[in-house]
Amino acid sequence: MSAVADSGAPAKAPAPLPVPYGMLAELTHRCPLQCPYCSNPVELERRTGELDTETWLRVFTEAAKLGVLQVHLSGGEPTARRDLEQMIAHCVEVGLYTNLITAGVGVTPERLRAISDAGVDHVQLSFQGADAPTTDHVSNFSGAHERKLAVAREVRRLGLPLTVNAVVHRANIHQIPAFIDLALALDARRIEIAHAQYYGWALRNRGALMPTRDQVFEALATVEEARERLKGRLTIDAVVPDYYAKYPKPCMNGWGRQSLNVTPSGKVLPCHAAETIPNLDFWNVRDHGLAEIWTGSPAFHAYRGTHWMPHLCQTCERREIDWGGCRCQAMAIAGDAAATDPACHKSPLHARMLALAETDASTASAYDYRRYS
Amino acid sequence: MSAPLPADCVPKLARGVRLRRDEAREQWVLLAPERVLQPDPVGVEILRKVDGVRTFTVIVDELAAAFTADRTRIATDVGAFLAGLVEKGMVEIVTPSSEQAAP
Repeated sequence: MSAVADSGAPAKAPAPLPVPYGMLAELTHRCPLQCPYCSNPVELERRTGELDTETWLRVFTEAAKLGVLQVHLSGGEPTARRDLEQMIAHCVEVGLYTNLITAGVGVTPERLRAISDAGVDHVQLSFQGADAPTTDHVSNFSGAHERKLAVAREVRRLGLPLTVNAVVHRANIHQIPAFIDLALALDARRIEIAHAQYYGWALRNRGALMPTRDQVFEALATVEEARERLKGRLTIDAVVPDYYAKYPKPCMNGWGRQSLNVTPSGKVLPCHAAETIPNLDFWNVRDHGLAEIWTGSPAFHAYRGTHWMPHLCQTCERREIDWGGCRCQAMAIAGDAAATDPACHKSPLHARMLALAETDASTASAYDYRRYS
Repeated sequence: MSAPLPADCVPKLARGVRLRRDEAREQWVLLAPERVLQPDPVGVEILRKVDGVRTFTVIVDELAAAFTADRTRIATDVGAFLAGLVEKGMVEIVTPSSEQAAP
């Protein structure tokens, strides 16, 4: 076809190293909920392994210096950390936009007031279902839904912008219109409809979570219709389902390109699921500065840019659109993190991935709830 | 289409929206929930005057003076720019009547 394909590695000068925009700070893995698709690793970190306040504050200072603009304070449940307000105040001081990602269970009005006073910019609150029975069942926490409603109202009463986060899967994918109504009723300006992503806990529970192809396509159409109808009232962001897709998702917009993730014990990952890839060398903030990790950590270098790509991806016109898709998914399905993401229709494993989804979607199984082993 | 902004209204950034200098990339950014906008130089000049105190008229007057540009054209541009951000939920418009409504 062309002479470009057989010239081996491209001979252009290396692009300047990107600067990260966002940092996910997983302050703790402790959480009162037990969602079966939790994005935390299957091997949860215990409290004794968590970074201390002083180290987190240093990490936030270094993040701001590195060029990070937004920090997402997450978990586990970040309010389980008693020093959360101190961290928020520090983030504000060093100029970071602070986004609190909470499950909203066990958060009192007094605590929310303190969090607001510390200067948090935005609160993202999860709902496991659009009604109490679904939320309580999926999170395995009786009364969770009512507590979340109370927290949402308090967040708005304090004048803080609210995002409703809804992870969707077989048990609640039909509730998307109700999730959107819930967000409007709670005066949220934004809702995330995030199809479950199958790594870690969700991979373990895939047989209980996977929706059918028809359900997924109906969900996509529902979101598109609502997005148009509610323009200017409610922003709807979607995390797309990829088991039934033609193209892979541009995971993290490219490995080590725009964001980084710090675990409760200080390991710095290119994405929250990266520990599912064996033999990657993750550096820790206890041993290295954040900038040094961003530029020098072998784990970040491993799949950054396009150098690592198989020939199929190297020669694809979408290589800097999809960035090869998701490395963790390549690991999970192909058994090789450097393979083409099987979600891509060009992957030799694409049909196998679809078959896995269709088999799982017709399987009935109970949740293996997230908990410490 | 949205109606033109009243002269005496006061635009302000919504809570959860911040304009700041991004030294690492040598640019200004408008930060909002899960959003990083990079306004162009004209947008930055407008946003730096959106402080919740200046009225629409004052903002237009100051920009017209600073750029020695046609005031009508500036008013149209500023109005359209702010209306776009209102639609995104990033700017709120406080009108004198809405203030009176809450004594």
